[in-house]
Amino acid sequence: MKTLIKLNNLTFSYDKTNVLENISLEIKDNDFLAIIGPNGGGKTTLLKLILKILKSKKNEIEYNISDGFIGYVPQNTNLNLDFPITSLEVVLMGHKIKKRRLFGYSKEDIDCAMFSLKQVGMQDFKDSKIGSLSGGQRQRVFIARALCSHPKILFLDEPTASIDVKGQKDVYDLLKDLNSDMTIVVVSHDISVLLNYAKNVAHVNKNLVFHSLDNVSKNINAQNEHLCEVELLSALGSQNNKCCNHEH
Amino acid sequence: MLEALSYDFFQNALLAGLLVSLVAGVIGSLIVVNRITFLAGGIAHSSYGGIGISIYLGLPILFGATVFAVITAIIVAIITLKNRSKADSIIGILWAGGMAIGIIFVDLTPGYNVDLMSYLFGSILAVSYDDIIYMAVLDFVVIALVIYFYKEILAVSYDAQFATLRGLSVRFFYTLILILAALCIVAAIRVVGLILVIALLTIPTYIALMFANNLSKMMIISSLFAMLFSTLGLFVSYFYDISSGASIIMVSIICLLTIKIIKR
Repeated sequence: MKTLIKLNNLTFSYDKTNVLENISLEIKDNDFLAIIGPNGGGKTTLLKLILKILKSKKNEIEYNISDGFIGYVPQNTNLNLDFPITSLEVVLMGHKIKKRRLFGYSKEDIDCAMFSLKQVGMQDFKDSKIGSLSGGQRQRVFIARALCSHPKILFLDEPTASIDVKGQKDVYDLLKDLNSDMTIVVVSHDISVLLNYAKNVAHVNKNLVFHSLDNVSKNINAQNEHLCEVELLSALGSQNNKCCNHEH
Repeated sequence: MLEALSYDFFQNALLAGLLVSLVAGVIGSLIVVNRITFLAGGIAHSSYGGIGISIYLGLPILFGATVFAVITAIIVAIITLKNRSKADSIIGILWAGGMAIGIIFVDLTPGYNVDLMSYLFGSILAVSYDDIIYMAVLDFVVIALVIYFYKEILAVSYDAQFATLRGLSVRFFYTLILILAALCIVAAIRVVGLILVIALLTIPTYIALMFANNLSKMMIISSLFAMLFSTLGLFVSYFYDISSGASIIMVSIICLLTIKIIKR
């Protein structure tokens, strides 16, 4: 498998204390990587560095992919709910416009955006104001916006943070489908659902610990559908954490 | 009613009102969705400095106000892009500072002082034919730029971070929006005055936001409402002999309240 993005001993600090220390990670083609960890552990910072929203030092991040093929779904899609913009227009923001037109969008632009909306099952809501949609629907529109640029790798920051359980499953099922064509990287602390879908897990808390999920699943009692975080973290923990007694 | 229409000054005022309304709907929408009403207010008030300097130097007043307002807009853009948290107080300083410059220069000008109230609150007697030409040019420039950069302006206004990722310069378009706001404010000075202009930029857009599902519709609906308000307001101003700016704003507010009550 080809490595698309490689992090070499990445260290980053906002002020004096390091938020991230010596992070090394390879994101490979066709991976479904979950980046998990506690709040304030540096997950979003790591994502912003990879996306070049924050600047890293030279050579700390190597790209084997051009910027245009990196898709991004931001964390908080509940901002600006009053903004007068339709779902279709949000998706069109993601489309690379080849030929400049003086007025409006070309048929080709709209076809592309409609195709992305169909991919996420939101074509019937194309003229709905974005603020009138539910959290899950809005999240799918934002995924469609990222898809509209035909990415090879798709980053999502807490995609299910403000969505009900049904909506969460829909979003993850969609990501699973998309994973057949592209690499998916999801940042989340909502690990119980995510682990059913992810292939690899990176635990970030200032440092990064990488796990292939094949090994982890052996440690987890598979009959238990909803796992508690203590079990998960101990299953993931590389430092041989003792499993604590925990009544369910 | 017809008698009013037969006067040249009233025809000029009506035409000026329509021109201002057209551009106020477009720029007002941008100001409201970007939540920069306070910034626009600061630019409007500080443009009084340009008026004062123009009177002192004997320059064309609207032209002087334009230059001053555009420079203020660029300064505001630089400050707010650099330091959002301090922007508030710095805009307050520009707001008052600009007006102080204007007043000082007017005081220093020897002889008869032109009617300054008309620049602050608007006056239907004040609109000359040259003013209308100047306003039409400003209208054309502003609306042409908005149409040409519509997609970029929409992207930057809605989601600046994503726009940056797509390779758009947020700095450039944010500055452009503020410059366009400055031009629009100058165009409106004659009819509503620089103190009341902010209401013409926000009231029609506030109403339009209730009906529009996207930005372009919001712009069109607010322009139409602004045209209605300025026309009605000018007639009220004529019949009751009150400042045109104040009557336009009061008509707008009464309509806004009526619509709010009906829509409940």
